[in-house]
Amino acid sequence: MKKSKLKGWLYLLPAIVFLGIFMVYPLVDVFVYAFQEGFNFASQTYKGVGWYNFSYVLRDPYFLQAVKNTFIIVIITVPVSTGLALLISLGLNSIKPLKNLFQTVYFLPYVTNTLAVGLVFMILFKKTAYTDGLVNLIINWFGSESIDFIDGPYWAKMFVMCFYTVWVVMPFKILILTSALASVNEDYYKAAKIDGTSKGRIFRRITLPMISPMIFYLVITGFIGAFKAYSDEVAIFGTDLNVAGMNTIVGYVYDMLYGDSGGYPSFASAAALILFVIVLTITVINLMVSRKNVHY
Amino acid sequence: MKVVLDHLTKRFPNRTKGEPDVIAVNDFTFEIPDGKLIGLLGPSGCGKSTCLNLISGLEKPTSGKVFFGETDVTDLEPENRGVGLVFQNYALYPHLTVRQNIMFPLQNLKGADKLSKEEMLRRADEAARMVQIEALMDRKPSQMSGGQQQRVAIARALVKMPRVLLLDEPLSNLDARLRLQTREEIRRIQRETGITTIFVTHDQEEAMSISDEIVVMKLGVLQQIGKPQEVYNDPVNLFVAQFLGTPAINTFTGEVQGGHVYIGSEVVLDAPGVPDQEVFVGIRPEGFVLDENGPFTLDLTRVEVMGRDTSVVAAHPFAQSPSVRAIISSENEVDTGAAKVRFSLKPKKVFLFAAESEERIRF
Repeated sequence: MKKSKLKGWLYLLPAIVFLGIFMVYPLVDVFVYAFQEGFNFASQTYKGVGWYNFSYVLRDPYFLQAVKNTFIIVIITVPVSTGLALLISLGLNSIKPLKNLFQTVYFLPYVTNTLAVGLVFMILFKKTAYTDGLVNLIINWFGSESIDFIDGPYWAKMFVMCFYTVWVVMPFKILILTSALASVNEDYYKAAKIDGTSKGRIFRRITLPMISPMIFYLVITGFIGAFKAYSDEVAIFGTDLNVAGMNTIVGYVYDMLYGDSGGYPSFASAAALILFVIVLTITVINLMVSRKNVHY
Repeated sequence: MKVVLDHLTKRFPNRTKGEPDVIAVNDFTFEIPDGKLIGLLGPSGCGKSTCLNLISGLEKPTSGKVFFGETDVTDLEPENRGVGLVFQNYALYPHLTVRQNIMFPLQNLKGADKLSKEEMLRRADEAARMVQIEALMDRKPSQMSGGQQQRVAIARALVKMPRVLLLDEPLSNLDARLRLQTREEIRRIQRETGITTIFVTHDQEEAMSISDEIVVMKLGVLQQIGKPQEVYNDPVNLFVAQFLGTPAINTFTGEVQGGHVYIGSEVVLDAPGVPDQEVFVGIRPEGFVLDENGPFTLDLTRVEVMGRDTSVVAAHPFAQSPSVRAIISSENEVDTGAAKVRFSLKPKKVFLFAAESEERIRF
């Protein structure tokens, strides 16, 4: 018995070593850094242990701005992208001709590089000395003034950011939802039709409950993904996100580590832990809500 | 409510390009009398389910008409026909309780037909009592056995008091014991409600045991309609004869010459008045009588004694299948060591079919 147990652990050893080095140790290290006050990166020394790093981060206006930006992006893009994806999937599911073509078209953003997409959005929205950009051209047609979406007012920048995020995250959701819709047994719809169920009622009472596990999955991963947003912001506003006022929490963590004002792993760790607590809280709330509304 | 099909035809375009259309239902004309239980019977792919869908309205016929009573319902949508449909896989909504499932059709009613909440609950309870699941009303479908789920599906179809009840392979997903039990249930429920019921099956035993009448189909073509025993005793062609009955009918190639039926060199039966021709001879397993001096000789393979009956398994060079099965009373002693066994035949259990058309030759 004892020997076979030893053998089992031996089999697990490679995985444990790798996971230990690359996952468990860094996780522990984040906690350690976060509570070491006055850590000096060069000498690897610290002055004490306590909550100072957290209080510093929570008073840093850049961090507060990043939290605000992140929350706005999350609150706008998760519902909008999920809702739009559901609408498009329903549409895709109900057409026959060109269905495959449309499915491919809707999936393209998923396989396109973030920076390339960012470049396209720049061309659409950016105001330069030579052109106001494509979107402004349209706005001008309707007789309005040009808006500087990239370097202009906060709401315009946030609009581009949310537009971009929705556009980037939607393909995956459409993919998941079209397959979820296609997997609903046709007999349910036949039974509903025999019973004279209206279209709206079929959607609310049959389709939606049937695909609710997938919607729930998309909402959870959507929340987590949006809270971790960073590269999308860089793609549009460049690396100096604090100046643009468009930083996110993950962006703040990066800046604290490697940015121009970086070299503060303690502050970065504290910010990362705060993000972790936020995501954990939201996910727990999600799970509690879903228990009532998701049917497996 | 009687159901009348009038020259009903349904064509589907062939999936292979250039091939002719598939005719799932070909020129069906028959009448289902009010309050009867009808079994639509045929092998897989013969168009039974399409026929049912045409009656329910889920599919529109290419040509022909469907009448409920005197009313032409051909162009009516399914919900306006007043039909209840039960699916092979039950199609119960998994996220709703039994009570919610049964009430679902009632909640769809609008306008003048709209029911109060109390009335809906009352009718759901009534339907549940009918199929004896009133104790399970708060369960989810996943917490029930297949047989119970099928009862719920029947209750859901009955709750709106349909004029016609349609069952699509209702027993196929059940295990053998439940199947027997549930088919008795269906018979009982149909008797109690008096609703004209049509059910589809590929299992001839199932159809024969509970139907008032059976409709035998093959490749979209109607073969024969009648009371189960009548169809069994008087099949119109070789297909019907072979499809009905377990064990299946034994078929031999034979010949009619001068009013005698020959199988090989033996005259097994007289068929006065039948012109000389090549034929298929169908002999029901119960049509054999053990007889030392009988005209028909078979090569004995083995003898299976099964309580009441004895099944004699034999072979014959002119048989269409490798083994011939004769069922005789177990009171008869069969010499299991013998190489040959001789039989005489019951004329009523022997059918002749033309070799070319496979149509029945009566004599």
